[in-house]
Amino acid sequence: MDNSKSVIELERVVIKFSGDSGDGMQLTGTQFSETSALMGNEVSTFPDYPAEIRAPQGTVGGVSGFQLNFGNMNINTPGDYADVLVAMNPAALVANLRWAKDGGTIILDIDMFTEKNFEKAGCSENPLVTNKLTNYQIIKVPITSLTKEALKDLDLDNKSVVRTKNMFALGMVYWLFNRELDYTEHFFEKKFKKVPLIVEANKRVLSAGYNFALNLQLIRSYRVVKGKIEKGRYRNISGNVATAWGLLAAAEKAGLQLFLGSYPITPATEILQEIAARKDMGAISFQAEDEIAGIVTAIGAAFAGKFGCTSTSGPGLALKSEAIGLAVIAELPLVIVNVQRGGPSTGLPTKTEQADLLQALYGRNGESPCVVIASSTPSNCFKYAFEAGKIALENMTPVILLTDGFLANGSHPWKFPTMKDLPEIKTRIITQQTEKYLPYQRIEGTTIRQWAFPGMKGYEHRIGGLEKMAVTGTVSYVPENHEVMTYERKRKIQEIAEQLPLQEIDGETSGDILIVGWGGTYGHLLTAVSELREAGQTLSYTHFNYINPLPKNTADVFQGFKRIIIFEINDGQFYKYLRSELPQFNYLRYNKIQGLPFTTSEIKEFIIKTKEE
Amino acid sequence: MSTNTQYTFKDFKSDQQVRWCPGCGDIAIMNAIQKAMAQLDIPIENYAVVSGIGCSSRFPYYMSTYGFHGIHGRAGALASGVKCANPNLSVWQITGDGDAMAIGGNHFIHEIRRNIDLNVILFNNQIYGLTKGQYSPTSLLGQVTKTSPYGTIERPFEPGELVIGSQGTFFARSIDNNLNMNTEICIEAEKHKGTAVVEILQNCVIFNDGAYDYLTDKEHKEDRQIYLKDGEPMIFGKNKDKGLILEGMNLKVVKIGENGITEKEILVHNAKDPKPYLQLMLINMKYPEFPVAFGVIRQVEAKNYDMVLHQQIAEVKQKSPLKSMDDLLASGDTWVVE
Repeated sequence: MDNSKSVIELERVVIKFSGDSGDGMQLTGTQFSETSALMGNEVSTFPDYPAEIRAPQGTVGGVSGFQLNFGNMNINTPGDYADVLVAMNPAALVANLRWAKDGGTIILDIDMFTEKNFEKAGCSENPLVTNKLTNYQIIKVPITSLTKEALKDLDLDNKSVVRTKNMFALGMVYWLFNRELDYTEHFFEKKFKKVPLIVEANKRVLSAGYNFALNLQLIRSYRVVKGKIEKGRYRNISGNVATAWGLLAAAEKAGLQLFLGSYPITPATEILQEIAARKDMGAISFQAEDEIAGIVTAIGAAFAGKFGCTSTSGPGLALKSEAIGLAVIAELPLVIVNVQRGGPSTGLPTKTEQADLLQALYGRNGESPCVVIASSTPSNCFKYAFEAGKIALENMTPVILLTDGFLANGSHPWKFPTMKDLPEIKTRIITQQTEKYLPYQRIEGTTIRQWAFPGMKGYEHRIGGLEKMAVTGTVSYVPENHEVMTYERKRKIQEIAEQLPLQEIDGETSGDILIVGWGGTYGHLLTAVSELREAGQTLSYTHFNYINPLPKNTADVFQGFKRIIIFEINDGQFYKYLRSELPQFNYLRYNKIQGLPFTTSEIKEFIIKTKEE
Repeated sequence: MSTNTQYTFKDFKSDQQVRWCPGCGDIAIMNAIQKAMAQLDIPIENYAVVSGIGCSSRFPYYMSTYGFHGIHGRAGALASGVKCANPNLSVWQITGDGDAMAIGGNHFIHEIRRNIDLNVILFNNQIYGLTKGQYSPTSLLGQVTKTSPYGTIERPFEPGELVIGSQGTFFARSIDNNLNMNTEICIEAEKHKGTAVVEILQNCVIFNDGAYDYLTDKEHKEDRQIYLKDGEPMIFGKNKDKGLILEGMNLKVVKIGENGITEKEILVHNAKDPKPYLQLMLINMKYPEFPVAFGVIRQVEAKNYDMVLHQQIAEVKQKSPLKSMDDLLASGDTWVVE
């Protein structure tokens, strides 16, 4: 090609690195994302990996992928289809070819394209022959042998040599997009400080890949323009770390020690890991013997005056149900983070879904209302974890925060706040005793009780899972009292709507169609709506973070539209909820239950089709 | 802790009417615990009494201390949370043979393994009382109950064995009608730094009445019970003439003065022996071959989780460059967009 050396300017690019779960694709993807973010691009990432730690090598089941989208502005999703697909073996190609964009570039480790590997990938023949690949620019590179060549004079065993081949691929992609190598070089220097040989090997292979691409006359180099990004100080953050930090921030604001009782479960484990590391900031982390002990220790800690939290994913939320009811009746502050994944049962542990909404709203025995909120981007997991803490501590109630596997593992640059930017949190710790402390006496004008805990002299009291007499808190089986208490608990949750921001509409406040989403679908819906607008469509869009209670103007927002389309990664749970809460409106729905986020194209297609109907 | 705490057991009673059945062993146990608390030098606001579900788990409501009546089986987790949140508290976990051995078995073994500084009072009546008479994990093999009309076909747990198997540091056994022994043991339990499990054999007057009559019968009780005290010879019997010796690998009851046995041959109880083998044999002594062992059977020192937890936090906190959330937010790689 004559234009092989020209540089093409692009606004945004989607790259997918894919290989065997042992090939280091997650590290490769993370390095590219962080380098790009440091170079001033917006980035959104989507790690997609199998549940098995090391599925049989070379099989489609063992393919691990990392997709990222970077560009100069408005990057809200990891992208639908990849401009560049890196496939480290035949299985990776077979698994990901459907995600490669027409006309895109595919980089292959051709050393791995052997009969034996075709078989492992479940192909009877070479997938390069059986698939129609004429629409792609295929770059066949002997990555494995070139890696070995680059390291032949280093005293390194074969296994360690082969383990660095991901850096060859990364080096090539770095050249392709004019990235600098320093960030990754520095990363290895830090990470393997004690093994200089490994640092040397990785750096050498990284530059070998870079130089190889530079010398290869077949590929073009692209420049992705620096973003027009809002001024400020940025960092990268993933949803899970942002969640952990939001909880820590709420504890600091409230002047309380954080107690996280939790049990490892994919994809929520990182929250426990991060809080465990933050013992260095005074947080108490307790890795419990099971999910139930996770929440119950947190409830015990709340009873003892700490900011009690627990983190889990769907099956764990099911196990915690009875204990959430205990926190409801005991009226103790508690945050339950549920990082949703595909269900039912063990389901799809590493894949995303929004199918725990009804469980969060209703999955308990008895009349057991609790607050449900959802975050909608990896970084706003910080904001909503903080909010969950604020609502729980100010209202003496459990709050369920829903995130999902897509948000939890995804990351992007975040213009992080300082603590003075965050609102105050006023706990309900009793400060002055007028008469005898009565645990269920409501603070005047509210349905909120005051918090006293062991160690505080003069406030000794008993609470528990049995129904309590209004005001005094003694055990009561009086029929009318049960009804009184049931409504007090309900009203307490409803009244929280007064504290919430109003629901906003992006676009006109009336019209034919209103697009509705909640939680982790925000980036895809926003991108689809923006792209349709660029194409001349008029659209209105509203996205929910507060689910129970709903923002108090929700009906007013819906009022202006003939039809309301609810987009969800489940079989219509928010749709069902809205139909029961606000039955007067005309709802339509679009659902996907494949363990994958939406693509913006399918959202756009459905909107256009509906508009034409 | 304050040294000016002068209480009587009455200070620990709440204004709530006690609703256990007349003659229930729980009432006697509560009296003993209240007596023990009055004797301990701990301010009343630092007591937290936590329970699960079952007859005995109503206990916190009858106390004037802080109390939390939890959910079935989770008393161990609830107590662990309270104690780890605030190690200055004296935390008492009230539980039964169903709550701790069946539905809460997992929490029971793990709190013991961690050695959290709790006083676990296990009311063992070998039956489910609150659900009205089904067999429990400690019911005797073959016992006829509502859910075992033809006799149980399950082997029972011996709670002390689970304690030893979970690397427990403190195990004591007592019986409901012995107020003094219960009080003494509860005081020992509170003083122990670590999970102190006190199994109290407790008579359910309604659903398993007389389960321990063979032990409490006035005529025979001294021949069928042995009250073990650390450092004292294992002698029992109405006439203090029976004792325990080791014969090969097994315990044996002998009569002092017969077959040349003198007091010198009798085993001396060593609750502080870290090796649990002899203690395990004592735990497993069953009537009629042996007297049933009471008293503090095992009491060894080991670091308790709650203390180490807070020490570790203090240590890493002191060394950490992160002094506030603002430090954390700005830590690692950040960059400025101009």
